[in-house]
Amino acid sequence: MTVTPLLQISKLSKSFGGVQAVSQVSFDLNEGELLGVIGPNGSGKTTLVNLISRFVKPSSGKVIYKGRPIHSLPAYKIVRLGIARTFQMVRPFYQLPAYKNMIIPLFSPRVKGLVGGKYGDRDAVALDLLEEVGFERDAHVAYKIAGALPQGYLKRLELAKAIALEPDLIILDELFSGLSLAEVASIVPIIEKLRLQGKTIIMIEHRLKELFKIADRIIVMNYGEKIADGPSSEVMEQDEVKNAYLGTE
Amino acid sequence: MKKRKERIDRGIKVRSEDVFAVCSWREMLYLSSPRWLPVFIFLTLPLLLGPYWQKVMLSVAVFGLLAISWDILAQTGMISLGQALFFGMGAYCAGVMNHYFGISPFITLPLAAVAGGAISTLLLLPVLRLRGIYFSMVTLILPLMLVRVIEATKIFGGTEGLSGMTPLPSIWIEIYLIFGVLTAALFGFRRMLTSDFGLVLKGINDNDRSVTNAGINIYWFKIQALFIAGSVGAFAGAFMTHVYMFVGMPVFALDYSILPIAAAVVGGPGSLAGATLGACILVPLSEVLRGIGGLRIVFYGAFLVVFIVAIPEGLFHYAQRKYHQFERWVEVEK
Ligand SMILES: Nc1ncnc2c1ncn2[C@@H]1O[C@H](COP(=O)(O)OP(=O)(O)OP(=O)(O)O)[C@@H](O)[C@H]1O
Ligand SMILES: [Mg+2]
Repeated sequence: MTVTPLLQISKLSKSFGGVQAVSQVSFDLNEGELLGVIGPNGSGKTTLVNLISRFVKPSSGKVIYKGRPIHSLPAYKIVRLGIARTFQMVRPFYQLPAYKNMIIPLFSPRVKGLVGGKYGDRDAVALDLLEEVGFERDAHVAYKIAGALPQGYLKRLELAKAIALEPDLIILDELFSGLSLAEVASIVPIIEKLRLQGKTIIMIEHRLKELFKIADRIIVMNYGEKIADGPSSEVMEQDEVKNAYLGTE
Repeated sequence: MKKRKERIDRGIKVRSEDVFAVCSWREMLYLSSPRWLPVFIFLTLPLLLGPYWQKVMLSVAVFGLLAISWDILAQTGMISLGQALFFGMGAYCAGVMNHYFGISPFITLPLAAVAGGAISTLLLLPVLRLRGIYFSMVTLILPLMLVRVIEATKIFGGTEGLSGMTPLPSIWIEIYLIFGVLTAALFGFRRMLTSDFGLVLKGINDNDRSVTNAGINIYWFKIQALFIAGSVGAFAGAFMTHVYMFVGMPVFALDYSILPIAAAVVGGPGSLAGATLGACILVPLSEVLRGIGGLRIVFYGAFLVVFIVAIPEGLFHYAQRKYHQFERWVEVEK
């Protein structure tokens, strides 16, 4: 018996003017898998995320989610189907308290649909979600203005906004970058918990050591192309990957 | 010795977003007077004024509504340079309904507000995707285009306009109707903008990417904001049609686009109370300056510049800050 993958990407390409940001990338992703995507700066990782979430329109290729082509749907509809993403550059609503930042995702038609109309008190739900990602309730961090929070909390907020949408597939674009080792160590359990809940996750990362500990599988990108795909222990052994990372080309 | 300004919130026991633990009459008065005082002034002032200034008050309310309408759009990230579109659309809707079909003003007013808002929204629908100045340019041009259309096709009376509209029964009904609507719009939409719905609108202004990323169709929300703002402006236009008993091409004039923006900016952009306050100052000012004659626009312009330079945050925010905080100079510790 073969299971249809949750997400099937085939020959996905995008060029910006002369730059081929993503070129002919194909891969399948099974439900419950945690896929890491790595590659040097400018190799097209963020663009790949943008193509899946349809913030950027593909030049060619297909994205099939739960057996259904989604590459021509608008971005907001893709979110409603259960694909949530975070942004590499976090940009919260700086003048609002952290928990008020959660109101917009909680206002989402997807959330309303899942809970059948009324959510009850959104503020209370927001506070619960923030506590889950490590906003200490006792210290009232969630009530602080987002503009006054350190990067670590902003990244957690970004993660909480994605979790609020109760997605089936979560795409995290460099969640760990800019964080200290201790901060990363405290976020890893949250991601592991999401996996236990059966979520499928794609993580774009530069922090290879931490990523390799939790990823089932790694895809390596270079100059817009997928140059390797396999279990974390194997990909780094491949010559092409070594070259891409050591810059011997 | 260096000094710096220190600001301290006035001593209310608990002041959070909407929970007040109020202990005395004084505190209750302190908190509630900014709300009922303007309403009280709106109610009593017409009784003290002569017919000329009563008419000016109608103008104040009409421009107040246009400024509120402008501010709702601005808070959603749509800078309108064409409030005259909404005003004129409402004016013509009411005019046509009354002139051709003899419908009573009490029915044309709400109907024209809804219809004017809807038609304006439909006209702007194709350019909803434009951002910033591109959207603004379209709003600036649309009313000017409509004037030419009326002139060329001679519809709705062409350059002559439509006259002989039914007036409202009395000046008192006019005044209390328009100020009732203004107060309802001010407090109602203020509440709307602080609700979750309003948060989404402000989110679109701030960072529409992040709103889309929540599975929210930003265009649907922009349409709703446009319709709301359009209806508010259209009501103002419809009202003026019945006051003047006439509707013609001047309803699409630039005045109705520019003055509301000036009011919102002077009063304090980003707050509907500021927009209303701005109209309450600028409209009477323009009347007072009428006596000067030719140089009126120069004085008016100079006044605007001085105001914006002196109080860039806007009059309302300035007054609000002064009301809620003590200020004192303290020495900077070395
Ligand atoms: N909107 C855009 N317009 C033009 N070029 C773009 C755009 N977005 C990305 N690019 C280009 O596409 C290429 C891939 O960029 P992308 O952001 O996807 O890389 P990345 O792998 O995410 O890099 P990083 O590790 O630095 O985040 C780069 O050369 C970049 O300059
Ligand atoms: Mg990137």
